[in-house]
Amino acid sequence: MLDAILLTLKLATVTTVVLLLMGIPLAWWLSRSNSWWSEVVATLVALPLVLPPTVLGFYLLILLSPTSAPGQMIESLIGFRLPFTFAGLVVGSVVYSMPFVVQPIRNAFDAMGERPMEVAATLRASPLNAFFSVAIPLASSGILTGTVLGFAHTVGEFGVVLMIGGNIPGETQVLSIAIYDYVETMNWGMAHLLSLMMLVFSFLVILIMNLSEKRLRKRLA
Amino acid sequence: MSLYCRFKGNLGQFELDAEFDLPESGISVLFGPSGCGKTTLLRCLAGLNRLEGQFDINGETWQSDTHFLPVYKRPVGYVFQEASLFPHLSVRANLLFGQKRVKTSQNINGYISFDRLVELLSIGPLLERSVVRLSGGERQRIAIARALLTNPRLLLMDEPLSALDSHNKAEIIHYLERLHRELTIPIIYVTHSHEEVSRLADYVVVMETGKTVAAGEVNAIFTRLDLPIQHDEVAGSVLNGVVAEADRQWGLVRVAVSGESIWCRDTGLELGDSVRVRVLARDVSVALKPLVDSSILNCLQAQIVEIKDDARNSIALVRLEISDSGGEQYIVARLSRKSISQLDLQIGQNVWAQIKSVAVM
Repeated sequence: MLDAILLTLKLATVTTVVLLLMGIPLAWWLSRSNSWWSEVVATLVALPLVLPPTVLGFYLLILLSPTSAPGQMIESLIGFRLPFTFAGLVVGSVVYSMPFVVQPIRNAFDAMGERPMEVAATLRASPLNAFFSVAIPLASSGILTGTVLGFAHTVGEFGVVLMIGGNIPGETQVLSIAIYDYVETMNWGMAHLLSLMMLVFSFLVILIMNLSEKRLRKRLA
Repeated sequence: MSLYCRFKGNLGQFELDAEFDLPESGISVLFGPSGCGKTTLLRCLAGLNRLEGQFDINGETWQSDTHFLPVYKRPVGYVFQEASLFPHLSVRANLLFGQKRVKTSQNINGYISFDRLVELLSIGPLLERSVVRLSGGERQRIAIARALLTNPRLLLMDEPLSALDSHNKAEIIHYLERLHRELTIPIIYVTHSHEEVSRLADYVVVMETGKTVAAGEVNAIFTRLDLPIQHDEVAGSVLNGVVAEADRQWGLVRVAVSGESIWCRDTGLELGDSVRVRVLARDVSVALKPLVDSSILNCLQAQIVEIKDDARNSIALVRLEISDSGGEQYIVARLSRKSISQLDLQIGQNVWAQIKSVAVM
């Protein structure tokens, strides 16, 4: 059980870090770009919101499998196989939780408008410098929301993990899978315990997020 | 003339075609009705908008056909319509945002130190406050100081008073006049307000539907009869004078304008002060003889130099040269065409201009 909890936390942490590194620049680009295909990218990013996780997991499995051309290419490039490994789980989780990170951050960048960046430029800040000293701090409430949602959503995922990671204890067996396992093997006590922990965790995460977002907004209003 | 610009091109539906020279110091006002392209032009000067054109300042080229200096490399200060302070920074950090990003040498021409600027704009007590708790006027003062602390070689101001109530407006105008005396760099100021232009401008560029239609000294521009600004109800001439006498009993001062005297309400002026008085065209009437038994205090000798008489209109405009001003000071009178005909007013004729009301700016 402890294995599953630690693995889940590790997966959620790594996934969230990757998501922020990719999601913040992506959200900025989506917010500032006027090209029609940025909306195509935005739609692709949002797809996991409506697709059943099994569909997403299925395609990822096909894409990454050693029998497919892209899968072979990726494997030869990074030197190891992704399906049914922790790294594969991270890839799946990043895709699956991407909209929960990108959307709130993009909204925050949109709400900011052009003006702060223009002011920064007239005060001699280069675009990159202005991005870090103005855009990121002004979008901090959106970034906080994205971080928490990305983390929590990764903790709560099931379908994608099952499809791409399977159920290998210590390697790919995260909490949600462990609960499923306990129910399948009629271990109701453990299933109860873990489910209750998940429930309390989720409640606390969302409560803390709401409270701190309110404070941040008040400060910047 | 050390500042030259020319811009031509389309931004969305809007077409801009502007060209002008400006003096190397003082306040130059881009003046025209809302939507005529003043702000777009100002943004082009800062590099915030990019249109084809040329922009040279003090022998340096900021934009040409082959060259475009990005905004953050231009030594320019920009004050936006709304103060646009950074809400995530304190007042002090807002002020220092630009200053710490430039390498400023104190020996540079026109350098104003942080302390001097804080004093000039009276922002000392605000430094440790949060940006959110400032009044509109305070915010705009911080924004002006923030722009000046980058030690710019050109200050651009985009209707800095338009978002303020009348109390805050008066406050900022007062500070702008202080800065005007202190600063050696040129200021380009965008407004559609007759009051602001007559109060602040040394030089005026008039714009209309994306084009620059006239440019010149403030008195010369506002007494030109061919410009559409004369159709405004509050169109008026601006005269420069010196306070020559104070009449404490009646609360009046006598302002000497090219040998003539204009009596104005005393607003706490000192003898010898240079002042500007503004005379609205609708407040000027013309008589062939000096009036006696009239409540009107100001009656100047003047000569008619131009009459603009539009047959489709009942109103005509008359430009009068104040006698002995040597072609320097003019006022405009808005008269009915009927009166012009009845008095048989002609160019070159000497008349008496009666001024019903005068405002000291």
